Amino acid sequence: MPKRLALAAAVTLLALPFSVAASAADGSAPTATKVAAEAKPYKVEGGKVDPGTYNGYRRYGESCMRCHGPDGAGSSYAPDLTDSLKHMDYDTFAETVINGRKNVNTANNNVMPSFGTTEDVANYLDDIYGYLKARSDGAIGRGRPQRIGD
Amino acid sequence: MKQRKKVLLSWTALVAASLLSSHPSLANDELTKASKDPKQWVMQAGDYANQRYSSLKQITTANVKELRPVWTFSTGVLRGHEGGPLVVGDVMYVHTPFPNVVYALDLNNQGRILWKYEPKQDPTVIPVMCCDTVNRGVAYGDGKIILNQADANVVALDAKTGKELWKVANGDPKKGETMTGAPVIVKDKVLVGISGGEFGVQGRMTAYNLKDGSVAWKAYSVGPDDQILVDPQKTTSLGKPIGANSSLSTWQGDQWKTGGGATWGWTSYDPQLNLIYYGSGNPSTWNPKQRPGDNKWSMTIFARDADTGMAKWVYQMTPHDEWDYDGVNEMILADIKVKGTPVKALVHFDRNGFAYTMNRETGELLVAEKYDPAVNWATHVDMKTGRPEVVAQYSTDKNGEDHNTKGVCPAALGSKDQQPASYSPDTGLFYVPTNHVCMDYEPFKVSYTAGQPYVGATLSMFPPKGENHLGNFIAWDASTGKIVWSDKETFSVWSGALTTAGGVAFYGTLEGYLKAVDMKTGKELYKFKTPSGIIGNVTTYEHGGKQYIAVLSGVGGWAGIGMAAGLGGDTDGLGAVGAYKQLANYTQLGGVLTVFALP
Repeated sequence: MPKRLALAAAVTLLALPFSVAASAADGSAPTATKVAAEAKPYKVEGGKVDPGTYNGYRRYGESCMRCHGPDGAGSSYAPDLTDSLKHMDYDTFAETVINGRKNVNTANNNVMPSFGTTEDVANYLDDIYGYLKARSDGAIGRGRPQRIGD
Repeated sequence: MKQRKKVLLSWTALVAASLLSSHPSLANDELTKASKDPKQWVMQAGDYANQRYSSLKQITTANVKELRPVWTFSTGVLRGHEGGPLVVGDVMYVHTPFPNVVYALDLNNQGRILWKYEPKQDPTVIPVMCCDTVNRGVAYGDGKIILNQADANVVALDAKTGKELWKVANGDPKKGETMTGAPVIVKDKVLVGISGGEFGVQGRMTAYNLKDGSVAWKAYSVGPDDQILVDPQKTTSLGKPIGANSSLSTWQGDQWKTGGGATWGWTSYDPQLNLIYYGSGNPSTWNPKQRPGDNKWSMTIFARDADTGMAKWVYQMTPHDEWDYDGVNEMILADIKVKGTPVKALVHFDRNGFAYTMNRETGELLVAEKYDPAVNWATHVDMKTGRPEVVAQYSTDKNGEDHNTKGVCPAALGSKDQQPASYSPDTGLFYVPTNHVCMDYEPFKVSYTAGQPYVGATLSMFPPKGENHLGNFIAWDASTGKIVWSDKETFSVWSGALTTAGGVAFYGTLEGYLKAVDMKTGKELYKFKTPSGIIGNVTTYEHGGKQYIAVLSGVGGWAGIGMAAGLGGDTDGLGAVGAYKQLANYTQLGGVLTVFALP
C-alpha cells in the first residue's frame, strides 16, 4: 500500500515537469504535445539531441551504467535496456526505476535497487527514459550524443 | 552449579586458546611452510610475495599439448568468478560470487563435497557492488578458512567442518561499503580491505585477530594522521619524511571523509622486513573538478608494519586522479637485479599503464615505464618527484566539467585491472595479463548521498585507434622496463597468470580458453575452451603424485560490462569499431571449476 502510494505520487510529480518541458520545447498546446511526447519522448535533429535527452545520457552514466552497461546495451549481470524498452511502456519503466526489482533464485541473483529517493535519478526519470527510448528506437547510436546547437 | 561448571570450562578453554595463540608466529610458521610446498596452493597469490609461481614441473613445454580436463565442478552460481581455489592437504576450497558459497572438496574422492557453507546475506547488497558481485577468494590459516562476504562481514570457518567460528562487520553496505577482495593471513592477523570507491567510502585496511575477530589495527587511506597510521617524521615518500597532515592538506575541507581510496586489491608480505604491501583506489568522485588537490593517499602504494599498521613508506602514483586509475593491483615482491644491482624489489603494474619497480625496503623509485605502448595520458614519470607528466589534451580536469575528453589511453579499467601477474625466478621475467582499451571521459557535478553511486563522470570505451584487439598477454623485464614479448588477445585478459618450473605460463581468456604458452617466446602450446569466460586466476597443485591445473570460469566482473554489445562508440569516426565482435557471441554466463592433468 505505501509502495503504491509512493509510486502514484512520484508519477504525478514527474508528469508535471515532463509536459512543461514538452510544451516549452515546441510551444504547442499542452494536451496535444503530451500525446506526441509520449510517443517520442526525445528530439533528434541531424543526429543531435535535445537537452533533456542529453541529460538523460549523463544521468544514465551516473546511476545506471555500472550495471546496464555503456549505451544501455546491457552487461553480463543486467538486461539490455535498448531491448527492454521495445516492450516496456513508460509506466512500467517508471515503476521499476522507482521501486526496484528483485529476481533472486537458484539461477539468478539480480537485484535492481529502488531509485525512488535518489534525486539524480527520480528528478530526471523522463530524461533517462527519453535517452533510452531514443537508443531503443535506433534514433541515436552508441557513445556520447551531441547536443542540438553544439 | 551446572551453569558454573560450564563457565569454568569455557574459561579454561579460553585461557588455553589464548595461550596457544599468544605465539604470534604460530599461524605464520605453518602457513609460510605450507606456502613453500609446491604440492599445495594455500593462499590466493600462491605465496606471500604474490609471485604466482610454482616449482612443479611435470607439465612442460614438451608435453603440455597432451593436457586435458580430468574433472569439473559446477559452483551453482552464474556470475563473475574471480580468484581461485585453495589446496590445503587433501582438501580443495572453492568460493563463489554472491551469495559467497564456500565448498570443501575431497581430492581423495573425486571432489566429493565435505562441507558447504552458505551465508545468509540481504540481496539488497547486490546493486551496491560496483561492477558485478565478484569475490576474489578465501584465505587459509591456523585451521580456519576466512571469507570476505559481499555484505562486508568477515567470517572465520573451521576448515575441517565449515562451522562458523566468528563473524565481524567490516563495513556498512548502506554506506556503499562492500567486499570483493580476498583476505590475507599474516602471523596471528587477518588483513581485510574494503570496496566502495564509487560510493564515497573512506578506504582502509583492517587487521583482525585471527583467534576471535577483534580489531588489532585499522589504517585509513585518507584522513588525519592518527587515522591513516603514519609518523610525520618516520614515514617517508621517495625517501623524504611526509610531514604532518600529509593527507588532510591535499583535500578541500572535509571532502576526505567521502574521499575513497578503497582497498579492494591484493596484499603481499615480506616476512624479513615484516612489511605488508597494498595499494589504494580512486579518490571519490570521478569528477576531478570537485576535489581539488593531490587527494592523498588515494592511488598510493603503502608499505606498513604487519604488527602495528604503521606506514613505513608511501608512494602516490597518480596524484589528483582524473581517469579512475585505482592503485590496487598486486605488489609482486621479487629479489631481482635492477640495472645490474641486486635489489629487494616490489614490482607493480598499475591501472594507469605504468609498471613501477621500487626498492621495497626504502620505497625508492627505480623504474617507471609504460607496459602498453598505447598509454598516452602522461608522457613519462619524473623519477625525482615521482609525478607523472600529464598530457594537457588528456587532462579531464583541465578540460573541465561537461567537456568530453576523447581518446584517453588506457580506459578507466586500466592497462591492467586486478587480474594478477606472475613472476618466474627461472626467467627473471613478469608475465602480465593486460587490457588494451581507450576511452572518452566526461566529468560532471554530483552530490554525495550515503549508499548512492558517487561517480560524476560518463565514459565510453573502445580499442586504441586503428586496432581491433582489446588485450595482450606480455612478458615484462622489470629491470629495464621493457616488453620482452607480447601476445595479442581479442578481448581484455582478465585472468590471473601462473608460471611454472616446467617453462609453461598459463592464463584464461574472456572467450573461455585456458591457454598455455612458452615462457621464453610466448608461443601458444595448448588451449581448451571451458564452459564460460575466464576471469579467475590459474592455480596448480600436486595430488597423488600428479600435477594439476585448475581454473574457475564464469564471465562477469567489470569485464562483463561489455559482454552484451562489446565495447565501442559509433560517433566521431569510430564507426569501424562498432563492428567489433561481441563477447556474447563467444560465451555465456557460467560457474564451473575445470581441473586439468596429463594423461
